[in-house]
Amino acid sequence: MNPPPQTPAQRPAPRDPAPETDVLGTPETRLRTAGAPLGSTGASVPAPAAGVAGADNPFAATPFERTKRRRLKWNRWMMFGFCIILIVPLVAILADIFIKAAPVLSLDYLWANPENKGKGGGIWAPLVGTFYLVIGSLFFVAPIGILAAIYLNEYAKEGWLNRTIGITVTSLAGVPSIVHGLFGLGAFVLTMLPAINGALGLTSHKLEAGLLTASLTIAVMNLPVVITSTREALGAVPQAFREACWNLGATRWQTIRTIVLPNSFSGILTGIILVVSRAAGETAPILFTGVTFFKFVADEGLAKIFPYHPGEPFMAMSMHLNIISNQISRLPENMKYGSAAVLIALILFINSFAIVLRVWLRGRKRW
Amino acid sequence: MSGTKATPKKAFNFFDAVEKPTEWLIRLCGWSSIIGIAAIFLFIFKEAAPMVPRLDWFHLFTSSRWIPNPAPGNEASFGALALLVGTFTTTFIGLVVAVPVGLGAAIYISEFATGKMKETLKIVIELLAAIPSIVWGFIGLMVLGPLVSQIFSAEPESVWSHIMVTLHLASSDTGAAQGTNLLTGGVILALMSVPLIVSLSEDALRAVPDTFREAALALGANPWETVRRVLLPAARNGLLAACMLGMGRAVGETMAVLLATGHSNRIPLALTDPVRTLTATIAAEMGETVHGDDHYRVLFILGIVLFVITCGINVASDFIVKGVKKANQA
Repeated sequence: MNPPPQTPAQRPAPRDPAPETDVLGTPETRLRTAGAPLGSTGASVPAPAAGVAGADNPFAATPFERTKRRRLKWNRWMMFGFCIILIVPLVAILADIFIKAAPVLSLDYLWANPENKGKGGGIWAPLVGTFYLVIGSLFFVAPIGILAAIYLNEYAKEGWLNRTIGITVTSLAGVPSIVHGLFGLGAFVLTMLPAINGALGLTSHKLEAGLLTASLTIAVMNLPVVITSTREALGAVPQAFREACWNLGATRWQTIRTIVLPNSFSGILTGIILVVSRAAGETAPILFTGVTFFKFVADEGLAKIFPYHPGEPFMAMSMHLNIISNQISRLPENMKYGSAAVLIALILFINSFAIVLRVWLRGRKRW
Repeated sequence: MSGTKATPKKAFNFFDAVEKPTEWLIRLCGWSSIIGIAAIFLFIFKEAAPMVPRLDWFHLFTSSRWIPNPAPGNEASFGALALLVGTFTTTFIGLVVAVPVGLGAAIYISEFATGKMKETLKIVIELLAAIPSIVWGFIGLMVLGPLVSQIFSAEPESVWSHIMVTLHLASSDTGAAQGTNLLTGGVILALMSVPLIVSLSEDALRAVPDTFREAALALGANPWETVRRVLLPAARNGLLAACMLGMGRAVGETMAVLLATGHSNRIPLALTDPVRTLTATIAAEMGETVHGDDHYRVLFILGIVLFVITCGINVASDFIVKGVKKANQA
């Protein structure tokens, strides 16, 4: 995501929206015609071209030039307007959410468990559930995604296989989140869990849909994101680095381990952080694969920090917001806005952190 | 690569020792996305399979009678026409808003904005893309919905009510029945897909070689003419692919439309009629089904329909982009 180099094409831009020409024309037109042979622009000759504005002033812009300039000005403002109508209302909406949430937001709100279907108390139980969901999905997706990207960038040769993998990564990225949820239900909850239960011979404490299945589902969903971002980071390492290492007699794997990975670490890390924010916000994939609206969580002790067994349903922020915002009647508005504000703040914080990290590391880059 | 000659004694290095297994592991992981796509199709199909031969497919796509839970005198009927129409109308409204805004913003960021302004806009767009869909749904339900129902409400017999009914802005003369409806859902989808469209379009515009811009400027074109006559035609396919991916995202979006479209299984006749989409139906009804019954399997079939639609969109856009790269290389 490096900014494109300042192109020559962009340089004239600030100069161009010159004010509508005065009698003498813009400084530019004057400059342009100054070196021209006298008479060639009709300076001393009465202008024969009837269409030219201000026949007594040879330096005035023609109507054509003025139309061009006006179009440029209007279109530039219109496109700037698009950016503004995209951003300003949204900032207003977010500000509104935070203002309405302000009365309930406090450390106690984060630390207390929900009471009475979310009508009172805080959001500790769903918050900690989201935390473990993120950790769990990273545990599965980070190694597989990074290795897959290494394969695609360092090992695979151009050919039908590489191209097929590229297409499947794109398609996987485009699969709707609810379809991932159906997949998780079919593959992990209904196929994998009975198999594990059977293999372990569990009869009483069978594993149910829970953190494990939900993490796996989220991991599959985020796989293409990790692959794409890691591949970009690996691709940014100059080829000369690799060649130098090979020339010293290192094998491919040694090169990857000692040269490529250390030099692309920051890019990989940024991608992983973005996946964290995606995993924290998703609802649809975990709807049928382990999340629940209410699960008892102890109010103190170690059980408050580690409340969920991987094989039992758990609570998550996104699901909590989903249910309290439209399925619980007579729920105080503040509580809804509070949950929404915490989720938004969490996501924006993680993403800002990734952006700051990226900018900082880009500044330190030495090639 | 692998040295066969006897080398002088070397210190044992764990990472060198595992080179071969690691390479195989890397190869296997390289296949993970293929395995993932195949597994998704396989497992969804496996759950849907018993219903596939029994389902009246013609009925599914042509009827809007969606009665999943049969009651006496009200036999089960799986007609998903209204759901399909709901999905495509919300997507259409979303795109009508998102495409001009997204392309305009992308052109501004890529060609006109400079320095601090450019960086700021890019970061804000990136942050917008990160907001989760459930939050968008919440915004639609709590903020945009009330606004829409306020704007589209009128006294019966008033001028505004006549205008609304004539232009199909609302189906009753008192205006929108509820704040969560087709329009709200469409606008929310637009807001969600705009960041994607902007970032992909910006990539497409940046991929146009600078020599194109320089040539246009040298011929006397001003920046807007360069954009209109040179950059837009040159980046056409990339921009089209960006819009298609935005469409794919809008079609597959679940939680936002679940909260913001009103959840009513009817074919919308006016802009502010509540609708219901394929995705929202699956999300809302899967919890009520009995594992293995017809309703459960039909929801998986809807999942296959969605999967096929979005995969089609994505693969098509991929081919469009690849086609450009080849043409540029030639």
